[in-house]
Amino acid sequence: MTIGSDLNIILPEIVLSVFALFALVGAAYAGKDKLGPLLVWVTSALMAAVGVWIGMSGDGTNIAFNGMFVDDGFSRFAKVTILLSAAAVLLMSQEYMARRDLLRFEYPLLVALAAVGMMMMVSAGDLIALYMGLELQSLALYVVAALRRDSVKSTEAGLKYFVLGALSSGLLLYGASLVYGYSGTTLFSGIVQTAEHGQVSLGLLFGIVFLVAGLAFKVSAVPFHMWTPDVYEGSPTPITAFFATAPKVAAMGLFARVLFDAFDGAVADWSQIIALLSLLSMFLGAVAAIGQRNIKRLMAYSSIAHMGYALMGLASGTELGVQAMLIYMAIYVTMNVGTFAFILMMERDGAPVVDIDALNMYSKAEPGKALAMLVLLFSLAGVPPMLGFFGKLYVLRAAYEGGLAWLAVAGVVASVIGAFYYLRIVYYMYFGEEREALDRTNPPVLWGLLMISAVAMVVGIVNMFGVEGAAAAAAAVLVN
Amino acid sequence: METIILFAPLIGAIICGFGWWIIGETAAQWTATGLLFLACLLSWVVFFSFDGVTQQIPVMRFIESGTLATDWAIRLDRLTAIMLIVVTTVSALVHLYSFGYMDHDPQWNEGESYKPRFFAYLSFFTFAMLALITSDNLVQMFFGWEGVGVASYLLIGFYYRKPSANAAAIKAFVVNRVGDFGFALGIFALFFLTDSINFSDIFASAPTLAETRVTFLWSEWNAVEIVAFLLFIGAMGKSAQLLLHTWLPDAMEGPTPVSALIHAATMVTAGVFLVCRMSPIMEFAPHATAFITVMGAATAFFAATVGLVQTDIKRVIAYSTCSQLGYMFVAAGVGMYSAAMFHLFTHAFFKALLFLGAGSVIHAMHHEQDMMNYGNLRKKIPYTFWAMMIGTLAITGVGIPLTTIGFAGFLSKDAIIESAYAGGSGFGFWALVIAAFMTSFYSWRLIFLTFFGKERGDKHTHEHAHESPMVMLIPLGVLSLGAVFAGMIWYNQFFGHADQVGKFYGIPVAEAHADDHAKDATNGDDHAKADDHGKAKDDDHGGDKAYGGDHHYAFVGKLGEGALYMAPDNHVLDDAHAAPKWVKVSPFIAMVLGLALAYLFYIVNPALPKRLAENQRPLYLFLKNKWYFDELYDAVIVGPIKALGRLLWKGGDGSIIDGFLNGVAMGIVPFFTRLAGRAQSGYIFTYAFWMVIGIAAFVTWMTLGGGAN
Repeated sequence: MTIGSDLNIILPEIVLSVFALFALVGAAYAGKDKLGPLLVWVTSALMAAVGVWIGMSGDGTNIAFNGMFVDDGFSRFAKVTILLSAAAVLLMSQEYMARRDLLRFEYPLLVALAAVGMMMMVSAGDLIALYMGLELQSLALYVVAALRRDSVKSTEAGLKYFVLGALSSGLLLYGASLVYGYSGTTLFSGIVQTAEHGQVSLGLLFGIVFLVAGLAFKVSAVPFHMWTPDVYEGSPTPITAFFATAPKVAAMGLFARVLFDAFDGAVADWSQIIALLSLLSMFLGAVAAIGQRNIKRLMAYSSIAHMGYALMGLASGTELGVQAMLIYMAIYVTMNVGTFAFILMMERDGAPVVDIDALNMYSKAEPGKALAMLVLLFSLAGVPPMLGFFGKLYVLRAAYEGGLAWLAVAGVVASVIGAFYYLRIVYYMYFGEEREALDRTNPPVLWGLLMISAVAMVVGIVNMFGVEGAAAAAAAVLVN
Repeated sequence: METIILFAPLIGAIICGFGWWIIGETAAQWTATGLLFLACLLSWVVFFSFDGVTQQIPVMRFIESGTLATDWAIRLDRLTAIMLIVVTTVSALVHLYSFGYMDHDPQWNEGESYKPRFFAYLSFFTFAMLALITSDNLVQMFFGWEGVGVASYLLIGFYYRKPSANAAAIKAFVVNRVGDFGFALGIFALFFLTDSINFSDIFASAPTLAETRVTFLWSEWNAVEIVAFLLFIGAMGKSAQLLLHTWLPDAMEGPTPVSALIHAATMVTAGVFLVCRMSPIMEFAPHATAFITVMGAATAFFAATVGLVQTDIKRVIAYSTCSQLGYMFVAAGVGMYSAAMFHLFTHAFFKALLFLGAGSVIHAMHHEQDMMNYGNLRKKIPYTFWAMMIGTLAITGVGIPLTTIGFAGFLSKDAIIESAYAGGSGFGFWALVIAAFMTSFYSWRLIFLTFFGKERGDKHTHEHAHESPMVMLIPLGVLSLGAVFAGMIWYNQFFGHADQVGKFYGIPVAEAHADDHAKDATNGDDHAKADDHGKAKDDDHGGDKAYGGDHHYAFVGKLGEGALYMAPDNHVLDDAHAAPKWVKVSPFIAMVLGLALAYLFYIVNPALPKRLAENQRPLYLFLKNKWYFDELYDAVIVGPIKALGRLLWKGGDGSIIDGFLNGVAMGIVPFFTRLAGRAQSGYIFTYAFWMVIGIAAFVTWMTLGGGAN
């Protein structure tokens, strides 16, 4: 195998990185922040284009760099989701950031680099590649979290994220070294053979636990979730939106990739841990969010709970489980794009508002947007006619068929508890008492994304826009 | 054309119900009424041009689920054709009548819009009823069945500000549910047994079913018997037969046009229609039909007794309806479906006439319904008086004995009584004759109390009594024509010679000599005897002379061929014609006796009824309180169920379920919420601590648990 064909396989990643590097250098010399808006559009367009390109082209499984990089149906599904959601969120942020003088030209490029890291993560075929992708993503995220340099909260968020992220990286690396020590290789394809030889040794098991802990931090699963509410609250809202979408997909993808590619032989062992993580996340996400008045913190707990459901799919350890997880993530990302588009429009006198009390009787002022938000909230809560329900149904079915009936039941209970805080917002919007109204600003991009995602929640139940089939194919590639 | 008949009322209902605020109230009402008159006109065209051969007119694909596959189709045969004219004619006239009756209804405030709603419900009811009668399969029929149930509920409760109207509406709905449960079970059983819900398939498999046994409620039954029985349970509910009759008198809470349309002429006859429609099944189920006969006769008797002492004008007519429905079931039960349909047909005219006449009286008397406050009204409202007279002459069966000249009820009721005799049901025959006597008594009592005697009650009301407007009198006139002539015109088709009846329903008839039947060991003798009377009978009724001779005519239609199925050994028609003279005269005598007694009680000596009531107080109260059926049901069924419901509601739902959930939602979950909030301290070392604790716990678990082995 020549270097040429290897490079050919990672062409999308190369295109994005080269663009990011040239744009970084170019903008530093040319106009600096004046180029910000333009770069946002260009980066967004490029990411979307690469996403479409990956989605349209490529078939089968291509392995590059002696197995360190895997380009298969699973990674393509994850990449398309990552790139499209990243592009959408980036687009959402442009107006908001520009108005608050936050639109540094580095911002879109950091997002692009983070995207490259995520693509690397879901394609990783080796522990080293995994770590490289993870860190590339994380470093970019640390920086954007602290983008608002003159705000204490934002810098605090960035710093907290960085310190805890470093801790989790440490755990992950320790786990990787244990795995390497007990299997003698960093390649997933090699590790899986060790695990297949009879029993899994205790050392390898330790390695798995540490690896899982490191990854659980990235998907903000309980008890590695503590950073999430603080970082979500402290970061500028568009950045929060970004955190809630693409990185979660990437981390979930990586999770599945490691567990199934490297530790397929130890399903019985790791599925217990994942099930426990899932259970804790679902319940903590549901219970803790009830106490939140700040919609950004609320969304942080919401995402913790949702990750719990996605992990439920993984915990089942079956092909259906992976398919359910992928579908769930795709739906989750769509819902979150819409919800954050709504949150970004919550302003009073030009200043962002995050208190859910501000939504009292919102339906009177903005019936259209309130209805769209209602649909999204119902979908987040998993109320039947909406797409969110079918996502939950999938993971519950996967868990049940994977022999985890107790987890499925717990998931239902948690979703009932969680429904409370979503419905409370609906209650405020439709039945609350009138308060000082919010501004009636409707930036076209935000408004459009809100409506598209809300409509998708309703129309999607027809055939889920074909995601079902794609996810099934992706899952089939990963599991066997 | 049939499709137009079926859907015109639906379109009318939609336009009138939803479109009235665009096109205006009056236009909406006229749209609904106009479409119904169109449907009525087309129905008569269909009735007269129909040649007796069953047609199936597909409308659309209805259900496709596994082996359950069926079209929405219109089954056009003689039964449907008869019902079409009954339903659309009465409905169209009631629509017209409602223009007058519903105007300035005192239940509503000035400026409130209630009329389009009323007309829309009426039209919707008509659509559902047409869907029922045109159905080609059981599920379609059930759709119509439930549709009329809903419309009936909405219309009984039309005066929703009256608590009694709401209670009556709920009662009607709930009691019907009991019957519908049986009907639904019958449908399930038929689908289970024949794997189809289409009438043609079901009819064709009736002989097979007669040989099949099914297990139902811990014991084995003959399949066809149990199916017939279950279907009849459904019919009992809808047609207010004994045990499930309690809703019908209460249903009089609805506006009077509703009582005329739904609770007299059409919906309540759906049960009779169902039994006739299912004649191929019924013919193989001798026990079930015997049960039908007994229930019908008992209802006819029971309702007539209660009718004797009621004072509310509408309730008298309601019990009369209940009683007349019993007549129809007796006819159907002894296998004389044609006579049942005949009475259904004539009854629709004279009963709608009586109700609309009563409505006219009520309208004239400012919504006073108690007959004790009427009296001497024949001068004030002469047209209404004459209409009511015609209705009463028809229902009591006035005519010239031993001929076919008489009012509609004379011909159809006598046909049933003769059939009951010929069918060998002694109980049925005598119950019906006695009921005929009582029918005559309470009908004349109604007339005498209302139109004769002295003025009673509020003087002011009597002074202001006025004749109804033209829109209310025209329907009375049209229905009067029906009440007078419907029997005489169609007697031969419904109850004439077997040849004519067969031709009417599209059933082939074969001549069979008496000798052939003599071979039939079981019936031979009886029939031979009946044949001897055959000649005499022909003379009696005149029309059959041409055929003469000692012939028996057997119906030899295949199952599902023609509108009705009568087994080749079903000779009730011939036997009824051959009934002894005293049998034929008996209902007439009963009628005359009833009239005489009523005359004595209410004209000659008005103090007599009161004295009698005091002498026979227990009996009077027993009748006055409708045999204490409502009280019995309240004590035995409603009370315990309510108690159980209250227990489950307060104890089970309120304390246990709500208590548990409230405890969780308001105690436990918030506790954990606070706990989670406290853990989220904001300090980075706390966060790191939790992560380390987490990983330590996982590692320990793995070491002790799964990993160690």
